[in-house]
Amino acid sequence: MKLVVMHLTGNYAVAWAVKLSRVKVVSAYPITPQTTIVEKISEFVESGMMDAKIVRVESEHSALATVFGAASSGVRAFTATSSHGLMYMYEMVWWSAGARVPIVMAIVTRTIGAPWNIWSDHSDFMSQRDTGWLMMFAEHNQEVLDSVIQLFRISEDPRVYLPGMIALDAFILSHTTEPVDIPDQSLVDSFLPGRRQPYTFKSGDPITMGNLPSNPRDNMRMRWDVHKSLVAAKKVITEVDREWSKLTGRSYGGLIECYMCSDAKYFIIGAGAWVGDMREAVDMLRSEGYEVGLIKLRFVRPFPAEELAEVMRGGKGAIVFDRSVSAGSAGPLYLDTVAHLGALNVEVPVKNVIAGIAGVDVTYNDIASVVRSFIEEIESKGVVSNYVEWYFR
Amino acid sequence: MVGGISIRELPRKKYLLPGNPSCPGCPEALGLRYLGMALGDRVILVVPAGCSTVIEGLAPNYSMRFPIVNVPFASADAVASGVAAAKEVLGEDAVVVVWAGDGATADIGFATLSGAAERGDNIIHICVDNEAYMNTGIQRSSLTPYGAWTTTTWTGKKERKKDVPLIMLMHKVPYVATASVGYPMDFIEKLRRAVLIKGFKYIHLHAPCPTGWRFDPSLTVEVAKLAVETGMWILFEAVNGKVKISPPSLPYRDRSRRKPIRDYIKIQGRFRTLTDEELKKLESMVDDVWDTLTKFT
Repeated sequence: MKLVVMHLTGNYAVAWAVKLSRVKVVSAYPITPQTTIVEKISEFVESGMMDAKIVRVESEHSALATVFGAASSGVRAFTATSSHGLMYMYEMVWWSAGARVPIVMAIVTRTIGAPWNIWSDHSDFMSQRDTGWLMMFAEHNQEVLDSVIQLFRISEDPRVYLPGMIALDAFILSHTTEPVDIPDQSLVDSFLPGRRQPYTFKSGDPITMGNLPSNPRDNMRMRWDVHKSLVAAKKVITEVDREWSKLTGRSYGGLIECYMCSDAKYFIIGAGAWVGDMREAVDMLRSEGYEVGLIKLRFVRPFPAEELAEVMRGGKGAIVFDRSVSAGSAGPLYLDTVAHLGALNVEVPVKNVIAGIAGVDVTYNDIASVVRSFIEEIESKGVVSNYVEWYFR
Repeated sequence: MVGGISIRELPRKKYLLPGNPSCPGCPEALGLRYLGMALGDRVILVVPAGCSTVIEGLAPNYSMRFPIVNVPFASADAVASGVAAAKEVLGEDAVVVVWAGDGATADIGFATLSGAAERGDNIIHICVDNEAYMNTGIQRSSLTPYGAWTTTTWTGKKERKKDVPLIMLMHKVPYVATASVGYPMDFIEKLRRAVLIKGFKYIHLHAPCPTGWRFDPSLTVEVAKLAVETGMWILFEAVNGKVKISPPSLPYRDRSRRKPIRDYIKIQGRFRTLTDEELKKLESMVDDVWDTLTKFT
């Protein structure tokens, strides 16, 4: 197998993955920091490197609508957006999941106004968590490329048949160059079969999707099916990670990835680009004698509840870092974590740290210092005094 | 165009089945039947929220023999663009038709319509204009005519009707036409001409609604014809920007040959609050629409 390493930004890694996945219809509307994804794809298409049609729509609502139309009519389709663009297409996000149409969308995570601000946090992405989409984060640009290809495969698996979105942090990944292995086209072709979908609109075949149900119970059952398919996707995600690992030597653990967890008493839990900083923090804390491990949430939908519980059972404490917040409550990753751990009888004190909102920089030193104080508090007092902390450096 | 299609040549297959849940006298039901007669099995219909969402039947029942992609209100033309793009890529034959009401065309869906028209996407947009938001219970739209009662304009609408066909003409799309459920052959001929043209096609179908306009359900076709005969609705066709008044409307270029607008107004309950002064204003608006349109002929 031919190995090609290129220096790619996260956004270009997305574009390469879309090309390798042989996507046939792309539609998007420019928004910072997503824009360079579709710029690159347009370049691929116009230079003849990629055989696809681009529909240059007038809004994000129309971008996902066009992709929904194309995907439901039989082709692999892709879009990408950020922040306000995602807010504007929200209605179509629900519709695509309800209609069970496999689609992949990249979200270059960016905070939401007011005020105007282009820097990264996860408010846009996490606000989609009830929609029924597969939702995953990438930590670095290689994982971006690998995951986009994997997400097409998972989304089009008959056990799943749901759209999927992948988050990559604004600028930290989207505009930062890293060396990325570009897999051979034949490898991707063998991994990703031809388009599969539950139904296809065509002339002369009078099917419909989305008409009014005569009995709301059928509608509730459809929603239940979306939920069940997301739960069933856990197995598919694990299988796909294993297969990709066999082909490329790269595994991301499927739903979650653990770092230094086997003997850990305390856990850092996080998702997205700052997981890289969390690794540094773990190394630093380990060198100081703290028994700390890291759990990276790669997927947040389906939420890896049992997987977390298995790792954390018997632990002494955990901190969930959220880069978004459900104002008036707590961080969404924290809320999911404590709800499921509680129900699964994992009695570990869990603290929520809300940080990096609106692009505020968070370093591994910040992470390490928060974890240190947390461990010292647990060790000395046995309880967490401020269980939802807004961290400002 | 005269001497086009004979009714005997039209397919007998019913694309909208009897027993569907449309109201008695529904103009959309007529329009959907004509659409089937004109284009038949080649159609993939994209339907945003509206009366047609109900007319197609409650799942698991289905009253149509077209495939229908049901879509959110403001998304229809963009979804249709996607369907058309997929069919082009796959090399499959399909006529992608947006079947949208006045809201999904002129109001909430307007940006999407304009976007698809500007891009020249290969679809036909049919605006089924019943001149108010009928599916939510007769609220005013930008296509409700001046003076008409609706449940959000209790003393009659104070603004004039937006001229969407002319706005679409200004998009320089290859085909723009108006039609009426009162003139099925004219509508069918227009659909058959539109389908031969690659690019964006717009047809604005006037659809008098007995439920919302407050007239007897047996009079749908009569009211539709009166709209044309009084000059309230003008049938025309523009291929590549060249406007031609269609045969049924031709006599009414001459103002003196039009029936009095009062005849059209008085058989509908929705104009019951219209004063004589307002009627004059409505009449001058109609003259104004004719003047503007004939400048393009």
